[in-house]
Amino acid sequence: MVRAIGALFLAAAMTASAPAPAETIRVASTTSTEASGLFDHLLPKFTAATGIRVRVIAVGTGQAIRLARRGDADVLLVHHRPSEEAFVREGYGRRRHPLMHNDFVIVGPAPDPAGIRGSKDAVAALEKIRGARAMFLSRGDDSGTHRRERSLWREAGTAPSERSGWYREIGAGMGRTLNTAAAMPAYTLVDRGTWLSFGNRGPLRLLVEGDRRLRNPYGVIAVSPKKHPHVRAGAARQFIDWLVSEAGQRAIGSFRIGGEVLFHPVARPAGSRAPVQ
Amino acid sequence: MPDLTEGFAAAFRLLFGFDADLWEIIVLSLEVNLAAVVLSCLIGLPLGGALAVYRFRGRKAVIVLVNALMGLPPVVVGLLVYLILSRSGPLGSLNILFTPGAMVIAQAILVTPIVTALTRQIIENLWQDYREQLTSLGSSRRRAIPTLLWDGRTAVLTAVLAGFGRAAAEVGAVIIVGGNIAHHTRTMTTAIALETGRGNLALALGLGIVLVTLAILLNAAAWMVRERSTPEAALVAASR
Repeated sequence: MVRAIGALFLAAAMTASAPAPAETIRVASTTSTEASGLFDHLLPKFTAATGIRVRVIAVGTGQAIRLARRGDADVLLVHHRPSEEAFVREGYGRRRHPLMHNDFVIVGPAPDPAGIRGSKDAVAALEKIRGARAMFLSRGDDSGTHRRERSLWREAGTAPSERSGWYREIGAGMGRTLNTAAAMPAYTLVDRGTWLSFGNRGPLRLLVEGDRRLRNPYGVIAVSPKKHPHVRAGAARQFIDWLVSEAGQRAIGSFRIGGEVLFHPVARPAGSRAPVQ
Repeated sequence: MPDLTEGFAAAFRLLFGFDADLWEIIVLSLEVNLAAVVLSCLIGLPLGGALAVYRFRGRKAVIVLVNALMGLPPVVVGLLVYLILSRSGPLGSLNILFTPGAMVIAQAILVTPIVTALTRQIIENLWQDYREQLTSLGSSRRRAIPTLLWDGRTAVLTAVLAGFGRAAAEVGAVIIVGGNIAHHTRTMTTAIALETGRGNLALALGLGIVLVTLAILLNAAAWMVRERSTPEAALVAASR
């Protein structure tokens, strides 16, 4: 009896130590990539190519970085370049790989009380919104989009405060912010991917696009095994290699909603044309 | 805005279209909720019984504390469990963050105070009624607890269902410790949060209707069990 139990434990221990046939990695990423459906499009292709399974935890960029810092993810895929570079500088990540980009757009109620429709200047548009004291809804959640919005406001002069009456912070992900902006209605900054895939636009229309300052680059970083020895560095490496490879970049570029490309690949696979970025 | 009809239509399509993703989500939700409730009962039933029959210093403080913990905010529990199970946390080496196991732990923490506090109330009332009878039969306080739990089983079942309701309804804790990972830790409530975020309000509402339907079915089943096991039913059975 005792021996049988012992054998059982031994067998269990051996199974546990044997190399797992299907490796699994965790990717900390942003709500924009998840909500747009990009991962549903990419991950089956990657798993088919390598046998590695990927589990995505989609949170704001700020929270994704904190998860990765604590060693709770193997790969970080976010969109706030200064934070990504800081992450690498502090030794948490090995290297930032430019992956893809899309752009932010300013959306707002169709009657457009601030009169920004058709503008190509995002900063001037924000100044007009401030001038008209038109309702503006901020993510307020330390996400990549929120950080970008704050820096655009700084370019437009001082960042508005909550007490102004027309500037509201919601502290929510992109989708909930859009739902709320549609109901208020209010202007807000949104990445094009989430906007295109969003199903509840209500009175909201795309009003401002095409400013270079609205460019939204995504980077991908493997968490350093020097900081966190338990990370699956090999599989993380394979994931990033695949994403920036010809096949991965093609997969990103082929993801469309209503015929529109949501994320433009930017990585330069060996021997291909010059990168866009 | 979608209206309720669209929500019901979505719910109907989801349930009767036998959507594989949906069934996976339903099964995972039920597994996590039930495991959390079983765990909470293993702790809460004996603990609630003990708080009802034993007298010790600080008992009232413990009762007040347990009652207060019934109102624990799920996000706070999620955050605490996250910090403990995180790789940089004290139990990080277990490597169970972002797994269904972590979700069970978080929900058990939410449900245990409910089962404990309600059980304590039920058993205390019974203990007042049956104390003399039980002690005259030579039963110790310790042996009285299972007897009283069995005696008050219909009321205790309601306490357990209240705990299950809490587990099935919450999203704040599971979304933090589970991560809402597709095909792995996505439950009914986190899927509703995700679809709301995608602006698919009809689908989110449909999922909500499916969740409520499941809750009704489960409670109906519990009701039938209770009907069959009430003292009246037992008397009727005995008189036949």
